[in-house]
Amino acid sequence: MATAEAEIAERAAGAAGTAIQPQKSQLTRSRVRAAWLFLTPMLILLVMVAGWPLFRTIWFSFTNANLSDLGSARFVGFENYLAYNDGEWYGVLADGEWWNAVWNTLKFSVISVALETILGLIVALVLNASFPGRSLVRAAVLIPWAIPTIVSAKMWGWMMHDQFGILNHMLMGLGLISAPLAWTASPDLAMTAVILVDVWKTTPFMALLILAALQMLPTDCYEAARVDGIHPVRVFFKVTLPLIQPALMVAVIFRLLDALRIFDLIYVLTSNSKDTMSMSVYARQQLVDFQAVGYGSAASTLLFFTVALCVVLYITFGRVRFDGGR
Amino acid sequence: MKRLLGWTGFYVLVAAIILYAVFPFYYAIVTSLKAGSQLFSIEYFPMTWNWDNYVSVFREQPFAYNLLNSVLVSFAVVALSLFFGVTAAFALGRVQFRGRGLLLMTVLSVSMFPQVAVLSGMFELIRGFGLYNNLLGLVISYMIFTLPFTVWVLTTFMRDLPKELEEAAIMDGANPWEIIVKVFMPLMWPALVTTGLLAFIAAWNEFLFALTFTLTNTQRTVPVAIALISGASQYELPWGNIMAASVIVTLPVVVLVLIFQRRIVSGLTAGAVKG
Repeated sequence: MATAEAEIAERAAGAAGTAIQPQKSQLTRSRVRAAWLFLTPMLILLVMVAGWPLFRTIWFSFTNANLSDLGSARFVGFENYLAYNDGEWYGVLADGEWWNAVWNTLKFSVISVALETILGLIVALVLNASFPGRSLVRAAVLIPWAIPTIVSAKMWGWMMHDQFGILNHMLMGLGLISAPLAWTASPDLAMTAVILVDVWKTTPFMALLILAALQMLPTDCYEAARVDGIHPVRVFFKVTLPLIQPALMVAVIFRLLDALRIFDLIYVLTSNSKDTMSMSVYARQQLVDFQAVGYGSAASTLLFFTVALCVVLYITFGRVRFDGGR
Repeated sequence: MKRLLGWTGFYVLVAAIILYAVFPFYYAIVTSLKAGSQLFSIEYFPMTWNWDNYVSVFREQPFAYNLLNSVLVSFAVVALSLFFGVTAAFALGRVQFRGRGLLLMTVLSVSMFPQVAVLSGMFELIRGFGLYNNLLGLVISYMIFTLPFTVWVLTTFMRDLPKELEEAAIMDGANPWEIIVKVFMPLMWPALVTTGLLAFIAAWNEFLFALTFTLTNTQRTVPVAIALISGASQYELPWGNIMAASVIVTLPVVVLVLIFQRRIVSGLTAGAVKG
């Protein structure tokens, strides 16, 4: 809306400019020219590192390209996606391991983002209260965010070690488990371990986004609620939550898009285990380990369109504006 | 009485949050200071201060090279993305032209690309330029995730600068480049520090491209080097070395974050909250 109006106003001004003040229009025109001059290097770079590789990946997904010899790729149509040959289905879409990866990714994304949102909300509410040492807590909370994903995977990998890990030691000390657990190796626990580490690592991000939203809330409705003697829990659900909901949704979407493409953490914590393999790990395994660029690109392309679909759905239903208008 | 109970509960919660956030890193430090078989006895406090792991991580592999590579790549990424970010932000934030909204949206949408979706195309590109196993290839490929948010944050910042400054400069006959360098840059340093730091951290922590586009030990960046540290067998990972290396790479980032926490928080929330 705002941009549309601005654009109309701008066009009107432009038209008026040509009619009445030719000098101003010349200035505007030279500014627009300078703008494009300044934009072009950035756009060329972005096309080179994002547009072109994406286009090539999609192209490779329709070929039988091999990593050792990309040049001799031959067009094979949809064979990498789905093909029927001698009574059997082939291709990514017929691969049980791919669907396993899809399911793992979805499970991981939904559970970890849900947990992060709840924990982030709690941390943000704590940080929003004023108490001595608040900045210290905020600094402490930022630490997991700052630690490289690889390092946090290794740190937790060590803490979750089946024999010498401190996590088992703590849980046994508390009497919660009777025997050490093989966190990262056992099929039942591997996904839990991955989620645990991811929640630890990304809750700060969530908490900070929510905190920023909390700090922009008007104080008068809280005073009104206090005067009326309404219970804080009720105030939270009736006032705070609805007011921060838009910001909360943005944070959730950001995190979901991030979670859907997870690679590092799973790759390092549980390597190529089938129990935790995500779509990105599957695609990279095909691409690099098996050298099947065509097939791997098909998987990458599917992941890209999954993420793109989420963005489109969100923009359509969330009525978000990415135009940067005032 | 109820108030006291409430405050106690609150501080228990605060303590739990701090412990939860800090303990894993603290434990990595404790572990890195142990040597030999001490590693396998669980202790909550550092009983000995043994620096052997810190020495052996440099002796047993080219870790100094890895650190240098990470530093070079990260600084180059910051410099390049700030340069292209500032010039583009001037055009997107200060000049009204048709298609501006669409352009901004396109730039932002790039930040949602899954890295693996461009992996094979990027691999071909990097090999085509002869940059495989070369740090320059990493620098160029990292632009895909640093450039979009740099442009975005700097554009939002530049848009809100007062118009009068620029008008005065135009009156004095300054050209757009002079306006950027002499008028806006001095005002923009907070935004530059924020975006620069975020770009630095993103480049410092990147793993997938660094793993795929480098081959030899001496060309690797630190995250890849740490991930690939291995022992005599799969079951004998040298945990002491791994933890020492982890502490070495994490300390600079943690120090940076603690010093600039306000800037980083404002940068992280800049694009998101306005929606």
